Amino acid sequence: MEVGQMQRQWVEYIRSLFMEGFLDGQFLQLQQLQDENNPDFVVEVVSLFFDDSEKLLNDLTKAIDLKGTDFKRVDAHVHQLKGSSSSIGAQRVKNACIAFRNYCEEQNIEACFRCLQQVKQEYCLVKNKLETLFRLEQQIMAAGGSIPTMELSF
Amino acid sequence: MESCNCFEAQGPPDELLMKYQYISDFFIALAYFSIPLELIYFVKKSAVFPYRWVLVQFGAFIVLCGATHLINLWTFTMHSKTVAVVMTSAKVLTAAVSCVTALMLVHIIPDLLSVKTRELFLKNKAAELDREMGLIRTQEETGRHVRMLTHEIRSTLDRHTILKTTLVELGRTLALEECALWMPTRTGLELQLTYTLRQQNPVGYTVPIHLPVINQVFSNNRAVKISPNCPVARLRPLAGKYMPGEVVAIRVPLLHLSNFQINDWPELSTRRYALMVLMLPSDSARKWHVHELELVEVVADQVAVALSHAAILEESMRARDLLMEQNVALDLARREAETAIHARNDFLAVMNHEMRTPMHAIIALSSLLQETELTPEQRLMIETILKSSNLLATLINDVLDLSRLEDGSLQLNAATFNLHAVFREVLSLIKPVVSVKKLSITLNLAPDLPVYAVGDEKRLMQTILNVVGNAVKFSKEGSISITAFVAKSESLRDSRTPDFFLVPSDYHFYLRVQVKDSGSGIIPQDIPKLFTKFAQTQSLATRNSGGSGLGLAICKRFVNLMEGHIWIESEGIGKGCTATFIVKLGIPERSNESKLAFVPKAPVNHGQTNFLGLKVLVMDDNGVSRTVTKGLLVHLGCDVTTASSIEECMRVVSHEHKVVFMDVCMPGIDGYELAVHIHEKFTKRQDRPLIVALTGNTNKGTKDNCMRAGMDGLILKPVSVDKMRSVLSELLEHRVLFEVI
Repeated sequence: MEVGQMQRQWVEYIRSLFMEGFLDGQFLQLQQLQDENNPDFVVEVVSLFFDDSEKLLNDLTKAIDLKGTDFKRVDAHVHQLKGSSSSIGAQRVKNACIAFRNYCEEQNIEACFRCLQQVKQEYCLVKNKLETLFRLEQQIMAAGGSIPTMELSF
Repeated sequence: MESCNCFEAQGPPDELLMKYQYISDFFIALAYFSIPLELIYFVKKSAVFPYRWVLVQFGAFIVLCGATHLINLWTFTMHSKTVAVVMTSAKVLTAAVSCVTALMLVHIIPDLLSVKTRELFLKNKAAELDREMGLIRTQEETGRHVRMLTHEIRSTLDRHTILKTTLVELGRTLALEECALWMPTRTGLELQLTYTLRQQNPVGYTVPIHLPVINQVFSNNRAVKISPNCPVARLRPLAGKYMPGEVVAIRVPLLHLSNFQINDWPELSTRRYALMVLMLPSDSARKWHVHELELVEVVADQVAVALSHAAILEESMRARDLLMEQNVALDLARREAETAIHARNDFLAVMNHEMRTPMHAIIALSSLLQETELTPEQRLMIETILKSSNLLATLINDVLDLSRLEDGSLQLNAATFNLHAVFREVLSLIKPVVSVKKLSITLNLAPDLPVYAVGDEKRLMQTILNVVGNAVKFSKEGSISITAFVAKSESLRDSRTPDFFLVPSDYHFYLRVQVKDSGSGIIPQDIPKLFTKFAQTQSLATRNSGGSGLGLAICKRFVNLMEGHIWIESEGIGKGCTATFIVKLGIPERSNESKLAFVPKAPVNHGQTNFLGLKVLVMDDNGVSRTVTKGLLVHLGCDVTTASSIEECMRVVSHEHKVVFMDVCMPGIDGYELAVHIHEKFTKRQDRPLIVALTGNTNKGTKDNCMRAGMDGLILKPVSVDKMRSVLSELLEHRVLFEVI
């Protein structure tokens, strides 16, 4: 596949991500911060997010015990996750976290549990999407092309 | 038998006599025959014999004589006619040859004799040449020795080595028994034995310098033979039967550097000499030859030269050491001066702030007090206080300005400003004073004077104000006129300023401002003093006008910094005064404005858009958002340090950080506490970094909390690049930013 085609594919893909709400404007901001001094900024931040989130999700899974749950701790974790996801623009994850926090305040364990599953699901989805995106980017770079700059036009 | 006509024996033959004659004739003939044979034999043997013809002749003569005598043998008895004939012919031939030979000999014998004389002559010549050869050889030997000695002597610049080498080499060359050097002592009254050849450590013999023999040697520039018994030559104990060898002494001039004057050669009277004494081996019957003496003289000269070189070297080394010492001292002095300057600058910087603060307090409060209800006496007092404090404030400012100007640490700002507005402002500032003094003031701006210029507005205004202020101050009545126009080179032809040149260019123009007043004037002699700081003119008129005398000095320095010139003219007391200055200002480029229009991101940034190197600290416990914020700030060019907790933040924060961004929506962690800590750590306001809170929290309570905790700003997350940029510029300009929530 030649470069131009790959680039178009990339644009389409990222558009779809925005359309479907997986990513929001913050992700574009991250892309704007990537320049020749910092060529892998987006990948680095996203990888950091993945590591962080996985840890948080593990902790959350452990913390949400149907027998006895420390809501404060859970809230703290979810807060962290919300912060991280909003920082990179993972919109759906962030929304799920917001909902999670509300239920935490209510101290509703079943709801929390459900929210946790939701969050995990959203996280997995966005992770896959982002990994695909990065793979596409790598292909483009390997073929000698450059990543097109996106403009938020919708 | 017929009787023959030949000789006949007379009387009876004497038998004995006849016998003897017979024998003699025989021997004669034999000898005569053998002589030529011998001759031929020996001549053949010898290589050279020039007279062969003579030899033949002589041989013939002898042979014939021999033949004659031989034939004579037969004539003693009766002999036949043939014998007689043969005898006769032989005799005739012999006679002929003899005569010829006799004649030849007359020529030949002188030749032969002259050969002998020539031989003698040549022998003498050969002997002479031999002698000359001998002489030349000795001369060449001497020359070689001299060269070798010179080389040895001149190969070192060390005094001791030079002298030692001389003695050693001389001793070797001339096969001397002893060689000694006597040097004059410090007092110059004695000669001390300093070096000898054979004795390693000469005991300090001294000899008074005014001995007749020494004087004799010193007054002669050649080697002088001296007696072996004189004190300078008596170096070794005489061992009885030995005949001491001949002794020669020569002077060695010692040149002192002080002897050299620039134009003269050293005076003979101040010359000092050393004495070199050379002794031939005792009992050797050797005598001093002329060539040896010559050698000694040459060597002595060389030694003198070498010693003078050594002296010069010593001198230059000493001078160099001295210079180095001086250098070190100067360096130290320079460093001390620098330290002093630094100390003064520090002092001034501190005083700057410390002095101004109370001054402002006084002035502000006094003005406030003026607004209240006061009795006339109180009002008078307050006015005096105000006037004095204003004066003091001006003085402080002036002094500080001047010291910064002197350091060269003052730098002009360059910005585009409205030139016409500056003049109007000066006018409006000075108008009250002018109207109080009942003077009139006019301002004339030339039509070609640009409206906008690039330069330091504040300082230009200060200069104009100062000059105009002086004009007002020193005028009791009359008018003041201010003219401003663009200076062209022609207008400077009437040069008061012969070494000031206008360099025309497309980017600059020269502003010329002339302030004329009809006031008290200045004596022309005082004009140069005007621009010196603290100097006041002595005329009565100025005595009461106050002022520190710094104003014009500062103006001059500002004008100089603006690459211009300032001068004052006056015709005398009572005739008014004209102050003129020319400064270089930039022409604002039109193209800069058009560039601004193309900036795509429209945010109106009044302040900086470049935060290169700005040190900031980001505190956030969430790794992802911390990385994102850091990336944002790095993208804008800041130097970012991160901290993930309050403790870490407090450890890392320093007065170098200008802004601290902290995330305050961390549950369980009181971000406000950090603000308090920072306030505690940095008591001085200018050291403290600005504290900005980042929060995703949109309730009003957050803002109040932030303000109460002493934070300088609050921004809502998410933060975009543009938002951060405008936030930073706003923060750095106003030092506060609270986003509307």
